[in-house]
Amino acid sequence: MSERNYNEITKNGLWNNNVALVQLLGLCPLLAVTGTVINGLGLGLATLLTLVVSNGIVSIIRHWVRPEIRVPVFVLIIASVVTAIELAMNAWLYDLYIVLGIFIPLIVTNCGILARAEAYASKNALLPSLTDGFMMGVGFTLVLVTLGAIREVLGYGTLLSNAHLMFGEAAHSWTLVLADDYPGFLLAILPPGAFLGMGLIIALKNVIDKHMQKTSSTPIAASETTAPASV
Amino acid sequence: MSIKHQIIASGLILGMFAIIGTALVGITQQTTAEQISENERQALLRKLNQILPHDKYDNDLLQSTLTIAADDRLGQQEAATIYIASKQQQISAMIFPVIAPKGYSGPIKMLVGINIDGSLAGVRVVSHKETPGLGDAVEIERNDWILGFNHKSLENPKQKNWKVKRDGGEFDQFTGATITPRAVVQAVHLCLVYFNRHKAELVAQYQQQSVSHVERK
Repeated sequence: MSERNYNEITKNGLWNNNVALVQLLGLCPLLAVTGTVINGLGLGLATLLTLVVSNGIVSIIRHWVRPEIRVPVFVLIIASVVTAIELAMNAWLYDLYIVLGIFIPLIVTNCGILARAEAYASKNALLPSLTDGFMMGVGFTLVLVTLGAIREVLGYGTLLSNAHLMFGEAAHSWTLVLADDYPGFLLAILPPGAFLGMGLIIALKNVIDKHMQKTSSTPIAASETTAPASV
Repeated sequence: MSIKHQIIASGLILGMFAIIGTALVGITQQTTAEQISENERQALLRKLNQILPHDKYDNDLLQSTLTIAADDRLGQQEAATIYIASKQQQISAMIFPVIAPKGYSGPIKMLVGINIDGSLAGVRVVSHKETPGLGDAVEIERNDWILGFNHKSLENPKQKNWKVKRDGGEFDQFTGATITPRAVVQAVHLCLVYFNRHKAELVAQYQQQSVSHVERK
């Protein structure tokens, strides 16, 4: 695997083929838990860990699993990994576990994870597969955190509230109150706010893509520019 | 390989992964079980301590429980566990799990602590589905409203004032949300009524239970 390849994986995971923004997978938990930055970060990291572990295992066993049973095997692996992560969070991150509740087991149904196992890990060696899982996970987490930040600022007028759920008691003081006596903005907290926020983020990404395409296609003509995100 | 062989081989591989997956989950469950039940114990104790500070009791709250039959006044459809606090062998307070059935979007689960003299030690909402930003002000993290119950009792205020202000009572409602506080006030009042009716019975039952505990030891 060459250097260029890893760059490609990174770019795909974070931007060009972002699980949430381009593949539009795993939207159910994404929209449901992103009320605050910390909730988004918590679910993002749990998903990231699942992606790395499941991609790793799928890549290791890719030669032994017969094609006709590969999907049930992948589902089995992902489900076991998620259950193990759920139990671990229940044991060591109990408060966050209570907040994220039902959405941790629901990581199993995040099609993004099965999609990476099927489309990438089952065809590639261990190290690139791990990298792919990590970068896809980071890309997903970044979207969760961004959406969480937008909704928390608009909805509650704070940032990083409840950080102690993840980082221990010392993090109580991390909460940034942006406006005292902020009346709250219900639309941002409720599910419609998640849809609107998500739509705006996707739109912003497309605008940036268009802009970059324009600036890069002028000097080198339309040689190797990447396809627009909407494909 | 014939089709038959292929099917058998696939089945075996699938079975193998099922075993490995189950083993992984089993091992994780084994290693975390103790920590998880300890977490749940601690979380419950933290909630109980919010209602009853440490200096109000000296017994092991989680061990000093009574099981009571289902009762409409507590909103309970099933037998429930109440926690008995005592100080120097004297019962000082009881904590009841109460469900307010008439929340805006479903039942509101609460813990209601009542001192032995009939005054409220404290009320906390444990779980609810009320509207974020409106009805969720019943949470202590969002609003101090719930502290307004402290020291209230059946005589203070009088029965006709055990309502939210909109209904002519003395408890505040929230801007934009009357149903949630109304449900909570009603449920707390019913719990006080229950305690008043059954206090003697509960005390007797608890003392009998602790006597038989000592005898068994």
